[in-house]
Amino acid sequence: MIPAPFDYYAPTSLAEALTLLQQHGDDAKILAGGHSLLPAMKLRLASPSVLIDINRVAELRGIKVNGTVEIGAMTTWSAIEQHAALAKACPAMADAVSLIGDIQVRNRGTIGGSLAHADPAADIPAVVLAVDAQIHVEGPNGPRAIAAADFFTDMLSTALEPGEIITSITFNSHGPGESSAYAKFPHPASRYAIVGAAAYVKMENGQVTACRVAITGAGPKAERQPAVEQALIGTDGSADAVAAAAAHAGEGMEMLGDIHASEEYRRAMCKVYAKRALLKAIERAR
Amino acid sequence: MTAIEMKERLVGRALKRREDPKLITGHGNYLDDIKLPGMLHIALVRSPYAHAKIVSIDASKALAMPGVVAVFTGKDMLDINPMPAAWQAAGVKNYPVPPRALAVDKVALVGDPVAMVVAEDRYIARDAADAVEVEYEPLPAVVDARKAVEPGAPQIHEAAPNNIVFEWECGNKAAADAAIASAEVVVKEEIINQRLIPTPMETRGSIARYDATTGEWTVWMTSQAPHVHRLLLTAFVFGVPETKLRCIAPNVGGGFGQKIFCYNDMAFTMWAARKLGRPVKFVEDRSENYKYSTHGRDHITEAELAGTRDGKITGLRVKTWANIGAYFSTVAAGIPTTLYGRIITGVYKIPAAYVHVTGAYTNTAMVDAYRGAGRPEASYLIERMVDRFAAEIGMDPAEVRRKNFIQPEDFPYDNGLGLLPYDSGNYEPALNKALEIAGYAEFRKQQAELRQQGRYLGIGISSYVEICGIAPSAWMGGQGWGAGLWESANVRVHLTGKVVVTTGSLPHGQGLETTFAQIVADELGVPYEDVEVQWGDTQGTPFGYGTYGSRSLAVGGVAIKRSVDKIKEKARKLAAHLLEANEADIVFENGRAYVKGSPDKGKTIGELAAAAAVAYNLPPGMEPFLDETSYYDPPNCTFPFGTHVCIVEVDPETGHVKLLRYIAVDDCGNQINPLIVEGQIHGGIAQGLAQALYEGAVYNEDGQLLTGTLMDYAVPTAAMVPHIETDHTVTPSPVNPLGVKGAGEAGTIASAQCVMNAIIDALAPFGVKHLQMPATPERIWRAIHGK
Amino acid sequence: MTTITVTVNGVRYTSEVEPRLLLVHYLREHLNLTGTHIGCDTSQCGACVVHINGVSVKSCTTLAVQCDGAEITTIEGLAHDGQLHPLQEGFWEKHGLQCGFCTPGMIMAAADLLKRNPNPTDEEIRHGLEGNLCRCTGYENIVRAVRYAAEKMAAAPAAD
Repeated sequence: MIPAPFDYYAPTSLAEALTLLQQHGDDAKILAGGHSLLPAMKLRLASPSVLIDINRVAELRGIKVNGTVEIGAMTTWSAIEQHAALAKACPAMADAVSLIGDIQVRNRGTIGGSLAHADPAADIPAVVLAVDAQIHVEGPNGPRAIAAADFFTDMLSTALEPGEIITSITFNSHGPGESSAYAKFPHPASRYAIVGAAAYVKMENGQVTACRVAITGAGPKAERQPAVEQALIGTDGSADAVAAAAAHAGEGMEMLGDIHASEEYRRAMCKVYAKRALLKAIERAR
Repeated sequence: MTAIEMKERLVGRALKRREDPKLITGHGNYLDDIKLPGMLHIALVRSPYAHAKIVSIDASKALAMPGVVAVFTGKDMLDINPMPAAWQAAGVKNYPVPPRALAVDKVALVGDPVAMVVAEDRYIARDAADAVEVEYEPLPAVVDARKAVEPGAPQIHEAAPNNIVFEWECGNKAAADAAIASAEVVVKEEIINQRLIPTPMETRGSIARYDATTGEWTVWMTSQAPHVHRLLLTAFVFGVPETKLRCIAPNVGGGFGQKIFCYNDMAFTMWAARKLGRPVKFVEDRSENYKYSTHGRDHITEAELAGTRDGKITGLRVKTWANIGAYFSTVAAGIPTTLYGRIITGVYKIPAAYVHVTGAYTNTAMVDAYRGAGRPEASYLIERMVDRFAAEIGMDPAEVRRKNFIQPEDFPYDNGLGLLPYDSGNYEPALNKALEIAGYAEFRKQQAELRQQGRYLGIGISSYVEICGIAPSAWMGGQGWGAGLWESANVRVHLTGKVVVTTGSLPHGQGLETTFAQIVADELGVPYEDVEVQWGDTQGTPFGYGTYGSRSLAVGGVAIKRSVDKIKEKARKLAAHLLEANEADIVFENGRAYVKGSPDKGKTIGELAAAAAVAYNLPPGMEPFLDETSYYDPPNCTFPFGTHVCIVEVDPETGHVKLLRYIAVDDCGNQINPLIVEGQIHGGIAQGLAQALYEGAVYNEDGQLLTGTLMDYAVPTAAMVPHIETDHTVTPSPVNPLGVKGAGEAGTIASAQCVMNAIIDALAPFGVKHLQMPATPERIWRAIHGK
Repeated sequence: MTTITVTVNGVRYTSEVEPRLLLVHYLREHLNLTGTHIGCDTSQCGACVVHINGVSVKSCTTLAVQCDGAEITTIEGLAHDGQLHPLQEGFWEKHGLQCGFCTPGMIMAAADLLKRNPNPTDEEIRHGLEGNLCRCTGYENIVRAVRYAAEKMAAAPAAD
C-alpha cells in the first residue's frame, strides 16, 4: 500500500501555508494528522499532487481554557485528552476524544483535521454542535468564524471555502448548572461512530433550561436534534422526561445503512444514545 | 553429583520460550525482512470484477515507466501447470479447478491476478501496476453456495457443471431418516457457519531466486509446510525434479491454516526469477490477503435432530452446502467432508446419523482450512442443536449432555461415521469441573432474579471433541488425501555432547522449539541448553508434512522421541562394550549409562557421543556417531475434548453482548509445557468467540468483498476479548508414547457455540431459539424486538 | 527527493527520500531496521508502532519527510546495554507472544501506555492497546505481561 507521488511542502507559518494553498489550488491537500488522508492515499482513493503539511505551524497548536475554551486546529487528540481543565470545562469533549481511534491515532490526529474532513462517522462533529462552537478559519479573504451549526453541509463536505484553513475552535466553558456528555456506539472494526450522541444541558432549580443534542455517525452528516431539545427544555430532566425527549432523536434525519447497522437500526440507536448522553450530562450537571 | 541424583524433569514444566529473545527485540526474520542483492519487486494487477472475461491487457504505459523490468500475464506462464488439488473428497467424483499462477482468459473472483509487474522497487511496481490497462467483459456472479448449484446459476468453470465440486455423504441415511420419522421430538434449524478471514498478522508472500548454472531455485515462503510445497511445486506445477528446489520458511507471523496451501505467488515468483535471472519478491498487502488468500468456514446447513421427551438423542440428519470459493485450494475438499461430517455427532452417542455435503464453486475467495478446519463447523452444529433440543423438551442443557455423553467404558469408540475410533475420553468430569467453576446452580438462581429486574444474563455450555494428530497415512489415503501424514525427525548427539534435532514440522507461534527441547532433554538426560531444534529449511531438515491440524506434537514430537529412543539403544550397546558389561545390565537414566548395581561406574551421554564420534573403540559392526532418524506414522488420530462455559449479559436496548466470564476446561492429554498449552487455548478461544460476536466476511451479490480491510472486518482488540479462566483434566492418549493429544485448535473448536448458546439462553425470555453468527448488536436487537 | 535528518535509536542519519516514502518503509528498507512490521493498510493493526519524540505513532501512517529533525525509537532501540526493557521481559516471562509478528508494535504501544498511566488496571491495559491487533494470544498473556512490566517499573522507576 503505497501513495501515488506528490510534491511536499512543510510551511512553518499560517501565512506561508495559506500562500501555498493559494498557489496550488485544487491540486493540493492540507496534511494535518493524516490519519484519514494517508490511508486514503495508500489505498489510492485520494491522489493529491501536492501535500501541504501544517504540522510545523506552531501557532495552530494549543489549548486555552478560561471562560472560553480555545483549541488550536492542529492540537492533537492526545493533547486534548490529557488536558484536565478542558475536561472540566467540557466533559463531552473528554468523553468523545478518549473514544477516538486508539492512542496512536490520538497522538497524531488533530481536531482541525477531523473537522475539515467531516467524516460522517467522526465523533467530534457531534460535540462541536452540542457545545455550539465557533470554527475559526483563515483564507485569501482573511479570517472568519463559522458556527458549528453551519459548518457541516453534507457527507465529507463543509462550509470551508477553497483556500481556507481551520485555525481554531472556540466555545464557552460550562458554567454552574451546565454539563455535557458523549455516548457512542462504536463500529466494531474501525471504532468510528455507528451512532454517537453529544448532549449539553443547563439545569436551574431542578429544571432543564437549556439543551443541545447532536447525533453523528447515523447520517451523512452530524446534526442537531431540535425536537429532542425542545421536548426536554422545561422538564425536570428525570429519566422519564429524558426518555420521552430522546424518542425524537433522528427525526427528519436521513439515515445511512451498511453491513454493520441498517438504517432502521441506526434510527433506533439514535434514540438510545441520545438518551444515554442526556442522562449522563444531567447527572453531571446536578 | 552422585549417579542416583535425579535430574529435574522438564516435561510438564511451564518453561518460558526459547524462541522469544529475538522476537521481543525486533530481530525476528520474517519474509519481508529478507533482502537479496539485485532483488526485484512484484505488484499484481487484480480484477475488480468477480466474474469476467479478459478482453485485452495493455501494458505499454507500464513498460515505459523507468524502473519497470517486465510485465507478464497468465498466457506467458502456460508452460507451468495450475496449483495441485491435493485433498479431494473421498469416494466420489470431484471436479477440481485449482488456480493458475495468473488468470488466463477469464477471472473468477475480485482480486484474481491478471498481470504482474516486476520492477526495481515496490513503489515503482505499484505505480506501474496501476498503469496496466485491462479490458474486461463482466459476467454475472454468484457468491452463495446453495444458490450456486441451483439451475440457472452463473456457470463459473466449464469443467465443473452446475458449479459442483463434489457431493459427498457419510453415516446411515436410512437409519437417520427412520429415527427422525419415528421420533417423539424433532428440532430443525438452518445453521449458517459464516465465512471468516483467517488474518494472520503477517500476510503471505514469496521470494524466489534461481541459479541458471544449476537450474536450482531457492524460495523463501510464508509457509506452514515447506516440504509439501517443495514437492507440489516441483512435481506438479513445474515438472522438474524435487532436488531442484529448496524451500525455506523463515519466522512465520501466524498461519491459522492460511499458510498451508500452495499459492500462485510461489509459482509466479519462481517463474519470474528463472525468466529474468534475478531474485524477485512478492508480499501481499492486507487488502490483497483479504481478497485472494484463503478464507474459512462458509457453510449453510439444514439440520434435524431427533430425540425422546426424556432427553435421549436418537438421530441426526445434516445437509450442508460448503462454499469452496472461485477455485479449488490445496486441501479444500477434505475440510467439509472428512474433518466435518465424520465427527458431526461430537461427544454424544447418537445411534443414527447422516451427513450430506455439496461443495460449490462461487465467485469468492477460495475456502480452505482455517483453525479447526471442519471441526468447529461440526462442533458448532451439534452443540447448537443439542441446546435447541434441550430448550424444546424443557430440560437443563447440562443434563441433556450428561444423558448422551459417550461413556469412559465406550472407548475406543466408533461413531459409525467412518472415522477411526475415538482414542480415550472422560467427558463428564470436564463438564462438571467447568460448571463448578462457573457456579452453575448459583448462576441459574441469579439469572432468574435479574430477569425480574429487566437484566438478561445467559450461560452457554459447549462440550466438544475434536480430531488431532491427523494421520495415519493409510487411513488418510482412503480419505482422498493425496499423500501420507507421517512425520520425521533426526536427532544427532555431536562429539561435544550437544544435541541437534531437525524436524519437518514448522513452528509459527506454537513454541515447538521449546516443547521439543524439553522432551529431548528429559529423554536423553542432557541439559536443556544443550539441545538445539532446527526447522524450516528443506535443505537440512527431514521431510515433514507440516504444522497444522494440532499434529506437530502428537506426530512430529513422537518422531523425535523415537529418534531419541534409537540413540539411547545405540548408546546402551556402546556403554556395554566400553564398560565390559552385558547390554541387559546397562541402566540408562539422567543422561548416564551405568552397570546395574554399580551406579558409580558409568558413562555420560556426552562421553558416549564422543566415543561414538571418534570411533576408536566401537563394538564390532557398529557405525560411528549417535545420529538417528525416525519416520513416525501413528496408528490413530487423537481426540482431545473438554467443556467451555461462558456467561454473558445482553443489553436489550442495543443488543450489545458483554462477556462476563469465560471458563475453559480442556483435556489435551499430557501437557509438555502448560504455559504454551494455555497460550494456545487463549488464542483459540479469542478466534472462536470472534466468530460468534464480531467476524464475518461479507460479499455483495456482485461479488465485491465488503469487508476488504481491517476497517470493516472486525478482528477483536484486547478490549473485545474477556479475561479467560482456564483449567484442565488429563486423560492421556493411548495412541502415542507421550500420551499427548494436541491443543492448537481446541479453543476455536469449543468457543463459538459456547458464546452463542449463552446469548440464546439470555434471550430465552424473548422466545429466541436460534441466531446466526456473528451475533451483532443489530441481529440481537432484531431478535428481541421481533424486527 | 527531499533530504531529511533523523536520529533513530540514538544514531543520526541523513537520507534522500521521496516525499511519499512511508516512515515504516524508511526504517525497514533504508535503515534495515526490520523489527517494525507492516500488518495492514489502514492503521488498524499497530504492528508498525514506533516512538517519535517519545510518543507512539503508527509508522505506516506517517511520512518519512514529516520526521525531519525527529528522534525515533524502534523496538531495536528499547533494550539498553543488553538489558531488556521491563516490557520485553514481561512479554517473555508471561508468554505474551506466539508468532511474534505483532510483538514489536505491541511493546512500543504498551510503553507509551505505561508512560501515560504507570499503574493501569487490566481494563485500562485492554483499552490502551486498542490500536494493536494480536491474532495468537487472545490478549490474556499480553495483559499479564504489561502488568508485570508496570509492577517492575514501579519497583525500580529508573528502569525506563
